[in-house]
Amino acid sequence: MSGKPRLTYFNGRGRMEPVRWLLAAAGVEFEEKFLETREQYEKLMKDGELMFQQVPLVEIDGMKLVQTRAILSYIAGRYNLYGKDLKERALIDMYVEGITDLMQMILTFPFLPPEAKEKNLESIKEKATNRYFPVFEKALKQHGQDFLVGNKFSWADVQLIEAILAVEEKIPAVLSAFPQLQVI
Amino acid sequence: GGSLLFQQVPMVEIDGMKMVQTRAILSYIAAKYNLYGKDLKERALIDMYVGGTEDLMGFILFFPFLSAEDKEKQRATIIQKATSRYFPVYEKVLKDHGQSFLVGNKFSWADVHLLEAILMVEEKKSDVLSGFPQLQAFKARISSIPTIKKFLEPGSQRKPVPDDKYVETVRRVLRMYFDIKAN
Repeated sequence: MSGKPRLTYFNGRGRMEPVRWLLAAAGVEFEEKFLETREQYEKLMKDGELMFQQVPLVEIDGMKLVQTRAILSYIAGRYNLYGKDLKERALIDMYVEGITDLMQMILTFPFLPPEAKEKNLESIKEKATNRYFPVFEKALKQHGQDFLVGNKFSWADVQLIEAILAVEEKIPAVLSAFPQLQVI
Repeated sequence: GGSLLFQQVPMVEIDGMKMVQTRAILSYIAAKYNLYGKDLKERALIDMYVGGTEDLMGFILFFPFLSAEDKEKQRATIIQKATSRYFPVYEKVLKDHGQSFLVGNKFSWADVHLLEAILMVEEKKSDVLSGFPQLQAFKARISSIPTIKKFLEPGSQRKPVPDDKYVETVRRVLRMYFDIKAN
């Protein structure tokens, strides 16, 4: 058993993808265990590995962490990607939560029936361009720094780049009105 | 203008910031007032526990907006989730370490959040804690902490169970006139 964090999830993005991004950004190597059968899942539950009977599960530093936010907050804190003080952390949290709301729409996309997908795409585009991207465009323009918070690379930057790429996969020209975000 | 970062409430003005995003607000308050554990690992534990109670309360959040028929179904879902998925976890945590508080033998955000969740579920089924002796003791203990006790008394800023007037106001202000379905 190596000392590397171990991720248990499906072999795909879902709720685990932000964790993969953050560990990668921190330069932390990790292992993965992929859920493929019902039996695996039932065994995990039976063995008491999943606190609330849910994945993602991340084994890290002797803990079996569940709840995506708890996992991400721990990693951010542990690898100095969470700002220098409470107020910077608050700003990072606000930005991350906003981006998570946007990503939530993309998360559910694959599970929608075909007729609902078109409407959902419109919704993603509308929210990205009217509600979320303008906030980060403005933040970067106002302080003119390279990173969202505290002139230092943080969890917020990782989450934003992940979201931009994910939205671009659905709507390639989505950044056309956001010069600051294009440079990220 | 522009007081609402993502055009949403809640918004809390605190320490010169206009904070939005409930999780961000709560994390800030917890840390500022020493309710977030003593180190990263305790914080992770608190975050995990709060994540669970937040998911549970999530089933109750939109309850007032459901149709009467969906309300019945949702009530059953809330009780089922509370008694089979969430309450057993906290019951076991308390039983295993035998301490008064969920994390680090010290009052934290996790305890506050769990008490809130318990009270909310009890509003749907008053004897829901009947299979959970640890949680019953926990509820009594945390309720008697002076700050909590004061908050539970009439005249505090604690809000009552949402009624039709509340629902109507939210719908009107947010122009949220679509139907909400149970999950």
